[in-house]
Amino acid sequence: MAWIVQNLWLVPALPILAGGVIAVTKQRHRAVAASLAIGSMAISFLLALCAFAHVLLHGTEAKEVFNFPWLQFGTEWLKLGWILDPLTAVMIVMVTFVGLLIFIFSVGYMSDDKNFTRFFCFLALFAGAMLGVVIANSLLLLFMCWELVGLTSYLLIGFWFDKPSAAAAAKKAFIVTRIGDLGFFLGIAWLYFETHTLLFYDGGAGCLEHSALTTLVTHATIYGLTASTGIGLLIFCGAAGKSGQVPLHVWLPDAMEGPTPVSALIHAATMVAAGVFLIARIYPLMSANIASLPPLTPTVALQVVTWIGAITALFGALVAVAQYDIKRILAYSTVSQLGYMMMGLGVGGPSVGMFHLITHAFFKALLFLGAGSVIHGCSGEQDIRHMGGIRKFMPITFAAYTCGMLALCGFPLFAGFWSKDEILHSAFAWSISSIPFYMGAFGALLTAFYMTRQMCYVFIGTYRGHAHASHDQEAHSHHAHGHDPHESPLVMTAPLAILAVFAVLLGFLGTPAWPWFQSFLEGEHATFSFAGFAAANTVQLMLASSLIVFLGLFVGWSIYGRKPIESATAPDALAVAQPFAMSTLAHAFYIDALYGATILRLNAWFAILSDVADRFVWGGFVKAFSFFILGLAWLDNFFDKYVVNAGFDAGCDTVSLSGRSLSLLQRGRVQGYLRTIGVALIVIVILLLWGAKA
Amino acid sequence: MSQLNAYLLVSALLFSIGLAGALLRRNAILVLIGIELMLNAANLNFIAFWRYGPNPAALTGIMFTIFSITVAAAEAAVGLGIILAVYRHTKSTDISQMNTLKG
Repeated sequence: MAWIVQNLWLVPALPILAGGVIAVTKQRHRAVAASLAIGSMAISFLLALCAFAHVLLHGTEAKEVFNFPWLQFGTEWLKLGWILDPLTAVMIVMVTFVGLLIFIFSVGYMSDDKNFTRFFCFLALFAGAMLGVVIANSLLLLFMCWELVGLTSYLLIGFWFDKPSAAAAAKKAFIVTRIGDLGFFLGIAWLYFETHTLLFYDGGAGCLEHSALTTLVTHATIYGLTASTGIGLLIFCGAAGKSGQVPLHVWLPDAMEGPTPVSALIHAATMVAAGVFLIARIYPLMSANIASLPPLTPTVALQVVTWIGAITALFGALVAVAQYDIKRILAYSTVSQLGYMMMGLGVGGPSVGMFHLITHAFFKALLFLGAGSVIHGCSGEQDIRHMGGIRKFMPITFAAYTCGMLALCGFPLFAGFWSKDEILHSAFAWSISSIPFYMGAFGALLTAFYMTRQMCYVFIGTYRGHAHASHDQEAHSHHAHGHDPHESPLVMTAPLAILAVFAVLLGFLGTPAWPWFQSFLEGEHATFSFAGFAAANTVQLMLASSLIVFLGLFVGWSIYGRKPIESATAPDALAVAQPFAMSTLAHAFYIDALYGATILRLNAWFAILSDVADRFVWGGFVKAFSFFILGLAWLDNFFDKYVVNAGFDAGCDTVSLSGRSLSLLQRGRVQGYLRTIGVALIVIVILLLWGAKA
Repeated sequence: MSQLNAYLLVSALLFSIGLAGALLRRNAILVLIGIELMLNAANLNFIAFWRYGPNPAALTGIMFTIFSITVAAAEAAVGLGIILAVYRHTKSTDISQMNTLKG
């Protein structure tokens, strides 16, 4: 077994170790903390590259695993392990690379924060946990790292915990993802019950391999669903929670309360992608079908994934249109793009979804870091209505942001174009329904529209930031207000530039003419030929999606760009035309309010009920019982005091009295004792004499 | 009155003198002397009963007496030691003051 396979654990272990060391580093040792985190991430990145090269050179078909027994219960050994296959190789390179750039960016972004070391501790821990998810060959190990990711995400979202909204957002993220994880855990338990293993690949005995899948698909449960479908849907609950799919998306926009590098790392590039990755990882389970059916028939589980993905894609895009917070727009855009990924997994398999995941990770990290750079330059301002004209002040950020925006929109030849087009192409060919395709296409139109709107608000026109006096969203409160925005330092712009290059070029790894990425994931050899374009509908769909993008850009430009927005208080052009629709969208279809009115209300009601039950039913019972015990104790006390104690005291008094009177005999005079002896002697002699006479 | 009775009378007299000394004297040394007198009265009895007893040839009385004198010597040494210790403590040999061992 190759060295890199055996030591793949180093990739997540190094950042976790660095996080541990940083945790005990003093607060003022900023340079130590930052260099530990960045250094460990850089080494992990090099190891990831080694692993990637190994997969590339040694054939991509093989799934190389390293399993080890962890603990024994009964007669069974629970095994953990890690895996090196194309999926893992791609993900570790992406996570370590994007993570590394975001770490570097954070040095600049967090430079004013007094908890700088704590931030890097959490970041490193997060990166380690995420890499653990990626390399896990056991669903249990994956789940453990998954929960660690959830924990660090909680810590990072609530990093500015003295801000009540951040603390609430952290709590919300933790609880909402936990709801999904409940399903995930049930799925794990069920899977273990059915297959007696949680290893994915174990030389034929793993739960994703042929024999286990055969038993899973033949075992029917309620409503005729197979066990594989049930387990797949339960695990999808976890994935939906983590990846912000409707209806568990509510935490993701609120998570923008965290520092912007966190938003970039967790809520764009890595953590939210974990759900998509999970589905890609267990894709054999999700797609397992009874052998008698044609091989490409979508399973129920994949249909659910597709529909949820399509709904999420459209929902996120719609809501993003009406947001004013620069990060919230990106957050809803992330929700939408995650929907695309899920849809891609559902309709086209892991390579389609994963390709969008990878390209999205780069350009969304770029957009978030760009937004962070803008926020940093605007003294913590996040409302796009108070920006404008930033292009002049921050040219590098503007250029990078434009690349990311075009990639996200799916502008022809940019990364997002190829990956999104592939999803739409697969959706078009889906055998069940064509509705997801139209939802996706409309979502793409909206994506182009809302990104154009954001660009127009932020970068074009005149700077509108001087007008306002104070704003409570500030992250860098010590910056004086009223200054012109300034370009960010090199440590922040350099990662932007690198990410921008990838946002432009990464798509060429998976074009129809040279589908290298897809072949790599599926373990085939890619060939370069323009014949790929000749496949059914490929060119037509590309033209159609290009048209959609151009239409979106044009509409956005004509509404927001043609007439520059003059003042920060001017109403949105769309809000004037469609006040009701915009208000609904601005409140994200009132889903938060709906949850508040239903689930939270129900929860509060249950809490009151349990409080009453606790206070009066159980409390009354406990009180009655305690009164009973008190009575017993009183009785006991009485008996003790007046019967036992009194009797004992009387006995003691008698003994003591007799002792005292007897002690009078002992006067301490030796001659007195002798006298007594003498008298006794004389008495005895007299008695003897008397006896002798008688 | 036989010779034995005379010895026994002397012995009884000696014992009574010793007892009176032990009971009545205040000086601890004199109390000790009284005790020695009583012991020697007993020794005299031993000798007298042996001499005028059924078997004067066996030297039992002498043997008892020698033992008794030896034990008396040891007892006198212990008694004097105690008296010395008490004297060092109380600067007095008055036995009526040594009454702290009372109940």
